[in-house]
Amino acid sequence: MQKTEKKKLTVKDILKNIVSRQIFIPIAALLALVLFNLIMDPGFFAVTLKTNSAGNPVFTGNLITILDYGSELAILAIGMTLVTAAAGGQDISVGAGIAISGSVILRVLCGSTTPWPDKMQAPIIVAFLAGCLAAVLCGAFNGVLVAYFKIQPMVATLILYTAGRSIAAWVNLNQLPIVNDKSFGYFGNIIPGIPIPTPIFITAACLIIIALLMKFTTLGLYTQSVGINESSSRLNGLNPILIKFLAFVILGLCVAVAGLIKVSRLSTINYSVIAKDIEMDAILAVALGGNVLSGGKFNIAASVLGAYVIQFLTTTLYKYDVRSDALPAYKAIVVIVLVVLSAPTVRRYLNGFKKKLTLRLSGKEVG
Amino acid sequence: MNALVKENVVLEMKNIHMGFPGVKALQGVDFSLCEGEIHALMGENGAGKSTLIKVLTGVYEKDDGEIFLKGYDKAVSIRSPQDAQKVGISTVYQEITLCPNLSVAENMYIGRTAGLGQNWKKMNSDAEKLLRSLDVPATATQQLSSCSIAVQQMVAIARAVDMDCKVLILDEPTSSLDDQEVQKLFVLMRNLRERGVGIIFVTHFLDQVYEVCDRITVLRDGKLVGAFDIKDLPRVQLVAKMLGKDLDDMSDIKSEGAAYEGKDAHTAVLETEQLVSDAGIKPFDFHINKGEVNGFTGLLGSGRSECVRAIFGADRVVGGTVKKNGKVIKIAKPLDAMKNGIAYLPEDRKLDGIVGDLSVRDNIILALQTLKGFFKPISKAQAYKFADEYIKLLDIKTASADTPIKSLSGGNQQKVILARWLLTHPEYLILDEPTRGIDVGTKVDIQKLVLKLASEGMSVTFISSETDEMLRTCSRLVVMRDRKVVGELSGEQLTQNMIMNTIAGGNRDDAEN
Amino acid sequence: MSTEKTQNTKKRISSKFQNMTDTNLLLTITVVVFFVMYIGAMIFQGGAFLRPQAFLNILNSQAALIIAACGMSIVMIAGGIDISVGGMAALVSMSCAVYLDYKGGNVFVSLLIALAIGLAFGLVQGALVAYLEIQPFIVTLAGMFFARGMTTIVNTEPFNVQNEQFVALKNARIVIPGLGSTNRNGVYVDAYIEIGVVVALLVVIFFFCLLRWSKLGRRFYAVGGNSQSALMLGINVKRTKFYAHLICGLLAGIGGFVYFLHIGSGSPSHAMGMEMNAIASSIIGGTMLTGGVGNIIGTFFGVLSLSTIQNIVSSAGLGEAWWTGITVAAMLCLFLVIQSVVMARKKKIIKG
Repeated sequence: MQKTEKKKLTVKDILKNIVSRQIFIPIAALLALVLFNLIMDPGFFAVTLKTNSAGNPVFTGNLITILDYGSELAILAIGMTLVTAAAGGQDISVGAGIAISGSVILRVLCGSTTPWPDKMQAPIIVAFLAGCLAAVLCGAFNGVLVAYFKIQPMVATLILYTAGRSIAAWVNLNQLPIVNDKSFGYFGNIIPGIPIPTPIFITAACLIIIALLMKFTTLGLYTQSVGINESSSRLNGLNPILIKFLAFVILGLCVAVAGLIKVSRLSTINYSVIAKDIEMDAILAVALGGNVLSGGKFNIAASVLGAYVIQFLTTTLYKYDVRSDALPAYKAIVVIVLVVLSAPTVRRYLNGFKKKLTLRLSGKEVG
Repeated sequence: MNALVKENVVLEMKNIHMGFPGVKALQGVDFSLCEGEIHALMGENGAGKSTLIKVLTGVYEKDDGEIFLKGYDKAVSIRSPQDAQKVGISTVYQEITLCPNLSVAENMYIGRTAGLGQNWKKMNSDAEKLLRSLDVPATATQQLSSCSIAVQQMVAIARAVDMDCKVLILDEPTSSLDDQEVQKLFVLMRNLRERGVGIIFVTHFLDQVYEVCDRITVLRDGKLVGAFDIKDLPRVQLVAKMLGKDLDDMSDIKSEGAAYEGKDAHTAVLETEQLVSDAGIKPFDFHINKGEVNGFTGLLGSGRSECVRAIFGADRVVGGTVKKNGKVIKIAKPLDAMKNGIAYLPEDRKLDGIVGDLSVRDNIILALQTLKGFFKPISKAQAYKFADEYIKLLDIKTASADTPIKSLSGGNQQKVILARWLLTHPEYLILDEPTRGIDVGTKVDIQKLVLKLASEGMSVTFISSETDEMLRTCSRLVVMRDRKVVGELSGEQLTQNMIMNTIAGGNRDDAEN
Repeated sequence: MSTEKTQNTKKRISSKFQNMTDTNLLLTITVVVFFVMYIGAMIFQGGAFLRPQAFLNILNSQAALIIAACGMSIVMIAGGIDISVGGMAALVSMSCAVYLDYKGGNVFVSLLIALAIGLAFGLVQGALVAYLEIQPFIVTLAGMFFARGMTTIVNTEPFNVQNEQFVALKNARIVIPGLGSTNRNGVYVDAYIEIGVVVALLVVIFFFCLLRWSKLGRRFYAVGGNSQSALMLGINVKRTKFYAHLICGLLAGIGGFVYFLHIGSGSPSHAMGMEMNAIASSIIGGTMLTGGVGNIIGTFFGVLSLSTIQNIVSSAGLGEAWWTGITVAAMLCLFLVIQSVVMARKKKIIKG
């Protein structure tokens, strides 16, 4: 008798455990979207092998699109989560950072003579490293303001948010360079012969790297510790300034990778439009992942899932012929529904309601 | 218990129940308060004092029970601090609950005056009058954050006093005040008692209870033990009631632990020469031997914490040298000190000690982890092993090693921090107010532990505001006054009187400096 | 003897510095910097800066931003943030434009539409932030998305409003006597301001008074300073936060209408980045994002400083588009560092 009761409890506990887990929020959102599409049109999930205009085999389908176009966001979500956790605020300059690093990459590739050379003027790896350097410098600038001067992250990054796209335009003297070499397009599209878009591989690589970092270094513990109690962390031998700075630098690297994918997709750049509002989506991804935006404990996997939830939503809406500039309105509604449902007060209320209901039901049974 | 209830009862709480997920914090507690009495609410940490107070002030909602107030014929419902204020219950909390960015006067009047407009002139003059009458050293227009913590506390009390309250709750108001300030507060409390205010006084300082209180209510494990007239309850019995057992080791625990008797017993482990930090202390010389327990003593703000912070590199060191085992070492930041086998349990547990949202396990391994370095994470299994070992060793009361430390009681949090440092196996352990704000039982545990560690060869510096605690544990005391070392006492000199005299300073030259 | 004297003055200054509230300290910095900058521009660049109209033009073009920034400051003082104000301004412009031209409505009703939009956003966002305790950044981020999306749903194409009543109001100018100047052709031109400026100044004065001399205003400071303490002091924290967002929404609605009145057209790309300019102005004006510190007068000067520096840059011959962004950012950076250093110093003085 007692045993069965105990078992029952544990099943309930497991369920409770899952629901109270942080990652539950993005998973639930993802499941809801999947369910919606399954009911509306099961064909949504079809993936077919087609040949593209250049004659290369390529998988197409909504799922591939989500994974492909969600890449930049997922990569940014990694860094944004770390910055959020360590600094207790968000970096709103990542879009501008992508513009800068993309601009630098193109500048290096196209050289100084003409913005439209026939051949690349430098190896891609050199250009990418230059882009990394630029993005890391931006990250370092934000990092110094936040960690050393103790300016709130959102305010500090407002500086580069305002100036970033102007700097990006200035790097190429407001010209629009175009890379004509096909191999540069591999990073944002597909490599001939491999039917899966390259960004998916790049994202996977980034995720593996960060997973290894989490496993083999103490980045996770240090970041959380600094985010929760800076003063105490310092007295335990940590250097909060360095750790916050590090978070911004890692975000800078993420920005550089996202920038490479972005410019590679088009082989050119539009300073005022490239990665526009991506900072908002990245922050949203972190929030959807159930991370507290005021810092402390974090879960990168949940943030990355959050990023794909956003992309899933976008793709779903496109499917129903929502215009791209009207998209934000729908996104906003979904976001509000999600955050309202996961708000602690609402949860408390729902729990109380559930309790009352069960009480009443059990009362009836007794009566 | 019923016999104690007098005619002039102002507050009566009956059969209060209150639970948190997994914990029953209060189980059927009764409490009554009379007009014009100072009523101590006593109990160990986790006994339910704070919960009872928070139920009374509407911060928590009780699950069951009733609260009656004089002047209301029905049970009152208090669901928010505003409600509490409305029915005449004012509270001064241990932590400052004022707004640092507002002026002193605003902090005294905001949220409790009617009307839409803010009359600065009247408010400032009223505030100034009140501050003068209570002898609070602050001006009405000053920004609160520019006052010292003690003054902020007094402003909070002034606010409560001015609210014409029937019930005044003082939740450990004295823990950040020095003796003189405490005396001023007591004058104030007696004054209020004359006016017929019922005061609930929560404190850990037994002396203070016997100095000002009329009655005592004791709680233990969320249940009522009883309410007693102060004259009927001698100290020893009070402690026994709080702990639920008779305690005889309050008297002398020093004799229990044998002194360290290694052959290096009298060699200095750590010496400082003219060490000075940017926290405003004068350069000081200091040394500690192997297996010795010594202490810094002095009034609040005399610089005792600053000295140990300088040794640990917590404040920026601007001059002087530190020698370890005779060799000069450089300590620029806490990590340097840790690498040299120094551990530091900070004065402010909440601000500098715990990492609130992290689990007990992560809190325990944190210091060891930083010592190991960025690229050598402690495995999860290992961390659990360490955590379980120390939870058992120090008898830390926690649901599991994964519980966030912030949900533990103060005493248990302190034990976790202690575990964190013991795990690093330090040669020299600095404990800055390890017993502040924690219950008597844990206090004794910690004192015993200190002596045990010393007998095994660890050097310990022990700082406490309670002199008798220092006398029980330390074999040598460094006395400080006005941010300067003014004397050193050991052996026969270690008496209350001698310490007091040295702190007060018999020497005129010193006094003038 | 003289050293003693200087020491005494030094002490006096430092004690004054110490006793100054954070709000006043930051305000002083802002105002001083603005005047130094403007007078510097008058001396070194002369020309346009010497004419009063140059200053009035700043007001004319920034009236909407001043109003929106006031709302932003209030939310920031109460410890929140609202990044939906730019989106709201665009939505207000577009809705009013469509109503006036396609539906043939009148100006007064269009003003009511603007107020209703502001009120609706304020109510919803305020309720979500205050009563459901959702982070203001996320709520208003959604608000921004929603407003921008709705703008294109209302109408995709940008267009100029032809409604006569409206155009008359848009071109209405209030002449300020005595400040006019002669132009290049020797003709005397009156100095003028637009109606929006009057609204903006009224808003500034009203909300300055509200923050200074009303209980509600002081409650904003208390809640922003430490919401937990504010609760203990008997302040209804939720309601206060709610009011802050409500006022900000309402002001964003009014600001949107003034913006519309100035620009006279509806477009989805209107007021792009206005929220960031509003935040930047508030910060330059001495409002801290952490809450509890700030001042409407400071915000007013923040907006003026921001557009003055842009004018200085463009009249210095740095015409390329990117210079504006970079100088604004540089100025923001400068102010942030000054604030950070000054506050740190102050803390140190008090401690030592």
